[in-house]
Amino acid sequence: MKYILMMNCPKTGYDSFGSWPKEAIRAHLAFMHGINKALKESAGFVSAEGLASPHEAKRVRAGKDGAPITDGVFPETKEYLAGYWIVDVESAERAYAIAARASAAPGPGGVPLNMPIEVRQVMSGPPEEFL
Amino acid sequence: MTAGAADSGFEHLVRELTPQVLGAVVRRFHDFASAEDAVQEALLAAALQWPREGIPENPRAWLIQVASRRMTDRVRSEAARRQRENAALHCGVLSPAPALRPETERDDTLILLFMCCHPALTPSSAIALTLRAVGGLTTAEIAHAFLVPEATMAQRISRAKQSIQASGVRFSLPSSRERVERLGAVLHVLYLIFNEGYTTSAGAELQRCELSREAIRLARALHGLLPDDPEVAGLLALMLLTDARRPARTGAEGELTSLAEQDRSLWDRREIDEGVALITAALAKGSVGPYQLQAAIGAVHDEAARAADTDWAQILALYDLLKRMSANPMVMLNHAVAAAMVHGPRAGIELLEAVDADGRLRGNHRLAAVRAHLLEMAGDGDAAMAQYQAAAAQASNIPERNYLLTRAARIRDSR
Repeated sequence: MKYILMMNCPKTGYDSFGSWPKEAIRAHLAFMHGINKALKESAGFVSAEGLASPHEAKRVRAGKDGAPITDGVFPETKEYLAGYWIVDVESAERAYAIAARASAAPGPGGVPLNMPIEVRQVMSGPPEEFL
Repeated sequence: MTAGAADSGFEHLVRELTPQVLGAVVRRFHDFASAEDAVQEALLAAALQWPREGIPENPRAWLIQVASRRMTDRVRSEAARRQRENAALHCGVLSPAPALRPETERDDTLILLFMCCHPALTPSSAIALTLRAVGGLTTAEIAHAFLVPEATMAQRISRAKQSIQASGVRFSLPSSRERVERLGAVLHVLYLIFNEGYTTSAGAELQRCELSREAIRLARALHGLLPDDPEVAGLLALMLLTDARRPARTGAEGELTSLAEQDRSLWDRREIDEGVALITAALAKGSVGPYQLQAAIGAVHDEAARAADTDWAQILALYDLLKRMSANPMVMLNHAVAAAMVHGPRAGIELLEAVDADGRLRGNHRLAAVRAHLLEMAGDGDAAMAQYQAAAAQASNIPERNYLLTRAARIRDSR
């Protein structure tokens, strides 16, 4: 079963990350690097991406003529998707365990951040008999 | 591309032969798009059969034979479907592959490079097609290198072939009038392949070195075909002199190390020596171009035993020339860095105003990153930190973003 693990961060998260001491940034990045490496070596890895800073984020809608109408940046938005992992594992519990590991990434002073990671199942295609 | 040592010899041979085989098949059937598919099928057949049964005595003829058979099968089934008889297409027995003179083989590889890097194609299409038709990579390998699904890459390649077909370009060398411009397009595509491998435009891995290696292989082949062209030699030298620094460029956790802080003992001496020899010989020919100048700059960096020994005055002189030759904002940016190293950071910062005014690098993280470095050199920590953070917010490459954040943190920590 596939699950997406979404790491959200508060609007200030991107900026405050940049104001940590150098050693804290290094430790945090090394931790994430380790998680990704271990995941890629395990059988359950599907994909993982980190998203660029939301400073340039736009919300897009089609106008009457179908042309894009862009809108943003949004001062009211409290949280942004910072990145995600997609894993293919035997059970939801396994996905939760991976999410918990990532959640405990260290912050300043080595204290675990325990950031919230949203876990959702990824729907599969229709079973063969329906095709 | 990911072959183990055991079959790397086989792999190497197949990839060398790809453009020659494709050239021969296109000459016989006059249909580039189908011939390209047929050659891919022949390569796959070879990948299955040769390791098991041994490499045939004349591997080139074997591949041409198999690809040609695919072509006739295709033509036949097409004809059958249309219920239209054309005796000429129903050649029951395949005529043996014509014995080509070596010059023809050489020309074929060149013609293919010119075709795949046709100006009618977008850079991403030209890159994909070049890697497949000239480089002999499979669609899956190219898709993997660019981190896109295989179906996406297959589409990109097939559209590229349609564009080439539609452009009506003939399978022949460009006229001497067109040649300079078309060779420029080829060099640009090879340069982009190298760069894509050296600094990926997005994603977590800073270097996908197999693409760089492939670009070097293709540039080496092109240099073999046109040994007297100084810009071809310049591009190959530039790639080697840049690639030589690859082992020192990233740390244990994938983090980026700046040129000034790299452990130079890790640099690849063999690549440096080859690059320096190439660029020295090319410059002596007296027809200087942008790739030669960039290679010369790379050579000056590579020849400094320590960062402090870098001959910045010479680098600045080379950037002066380069800037006069191409009004590229990245060149202006690097020129500003060199000026700062020779005349002090304020001189560099002043030159950045022209880059701002140019506008093409607006929103590009490199402009803010260079400004940050120069402000840091000038001792203006607050402004430098702000610029590092602005650059980090604009970066689309994770290791580069992390590097910029770390530089900002380092200034903060030192207070």
